[in-house]
Amino acid sequence: MNTVKREKEPLFSPKNRKLLLSPINLNNPITVQVLGICSALAVTAKMKPAFVMSVSVIVVTALANLIISLLRNGIPPRIRIIVQLVVIATLVIVVDQVLKAYVYDVSKQLSVFVGLIITNCIIMGRLEAFAMSSKPWPSLLDGIGNGIGYGIILVVVGFVRELFGSGSVWGYPVVPAGFFEMGYRNNGFMILPPMALIIIGIIIWIQRSRNKELYQEN
Amino acid sequence: MQEIFNIFIKSIFIDNMIFAYFLGMCSYLAVSKTVQTSMGLGIAVIFVLGITVPIDYLLNEYILKAGALAWLDEGLAEVDLSFLSFILFIAIIASMVQLVEMIVEKFSPALYSSLGIFLPLIAVNCAILGGSLFMQEREYQTLAQATSFGLGSGVGWLLAIVGIAAIREKIRYSNVPAPLRGLGITFIITGLMGIAFMSFLGIKL
Repeated sequence: MNTVKREKEPLFSPKNRKLLLSPINLNNPITVQVLGICSALAVTAKMKPAFVMSVSVIVVTALANLIISLLRNGIPPRIRIIVQLVVIATLVIVVDQVLKAYVYDVSKQLSVFVGLIITNCIIMGRLEAFAMSSKPWPSLLDGIGNGIGYGIILVVVGFVRELFGSGSVWGYPVVPAGFFEMGYRNNGFMILPPMALIIIGIIIWIQRSRNKELYQEN
Repeated sequence: MQEIFNIFIKSIFIDNMIFAYFLGMCSYLAVSKTVQTSMGLGIAVIFVLGITVPIDYLLNEYILKAGALAWLDEGLAEVDLSFLSFILFIAIIASMVQLVEMIVEKFSPALYSSLGIFLPLIAVNCAILGGSLFMQEREYQTLAQATSFGLGSGVGWLLAIVGIAAIREKIRYSNVPAPLRGLGITFIITGLMGIAFMSFLGIKL
């Protein structure tokens, strides 16, 4: 009888570390994979809601990846989408109730966008592409990595928009009062929704000019 | 009657799904390479929004809202099931998309083949779930208002995707800076279109 000797992989082997870290830059869900922009941009006018949204998405992607990966051998392929949707929707309901209980004001600002995490393509995309065919631990790391990659972009956009739009960071004013006396004005344009798109466009520009392999055809 | 028309116009231009709320961006960016396919997807979105928003409205009004179950029994007037709305809405959307797909396939094979792969994709389009959630949040008074909101949002989405597809067809011949090609320039153009659409904000309805 053949015994296949399996070496136990260390928890943070290079492969697993790559799963966790590559979505943060080279495989970023927003700027490279183009997933999950839908529910993201509307919450980035201020940094705090952007941060809360990112944390919620990290929690949901990580747990959904873990649960689907544990269930992967029991899910009939024909109805997998609905099974995934049910798992995600349940997690999102939990997150929504927690937000309502502990950070009610932010939850009001996020309004429908918490619910829209359900249809966030990052989560479905990672479940389909990764969790359905991988072991639980790598899936969990992949989920956390993609959530963080998404969160970083959100927080950066939130930071830029709040700094130039409201002259504050995390709700605290940072632009010195002297500036305003000299005629500095907050750029109200930054608060408007279209600026989020333009800032993401610029982030993509910067990121791609540093990584030539990410260039695309027109 | 005028109220209904106002909601329709408002959801097309002022509260445009893409330019004001960024809903359905994933398929908007992925499918907007040619005008023809984006037209197909846009029509499918109008279709599905026009069906799911009224259904979810009824669901919200008679089952989910606080006190909505009062028609069933006096004792249930206190029950508030609104925390279940996410899961019920998404279930309705997924099953409606499936149903619409089967009906279209049976009765209009031509439309089916032109919508093709887009119909099943719509179940996970944020614009659809977003339509239902906004309908719930804005508390429309009648079924007709909810329906016109659904249809209007769909038309707004179609306008946006067909517009960007036409621009992208042209931009293929332009000399865009290399790192900005593809995704980057699409984001920036969408932003500029959004700014143009903001001029509708001044309309009082």
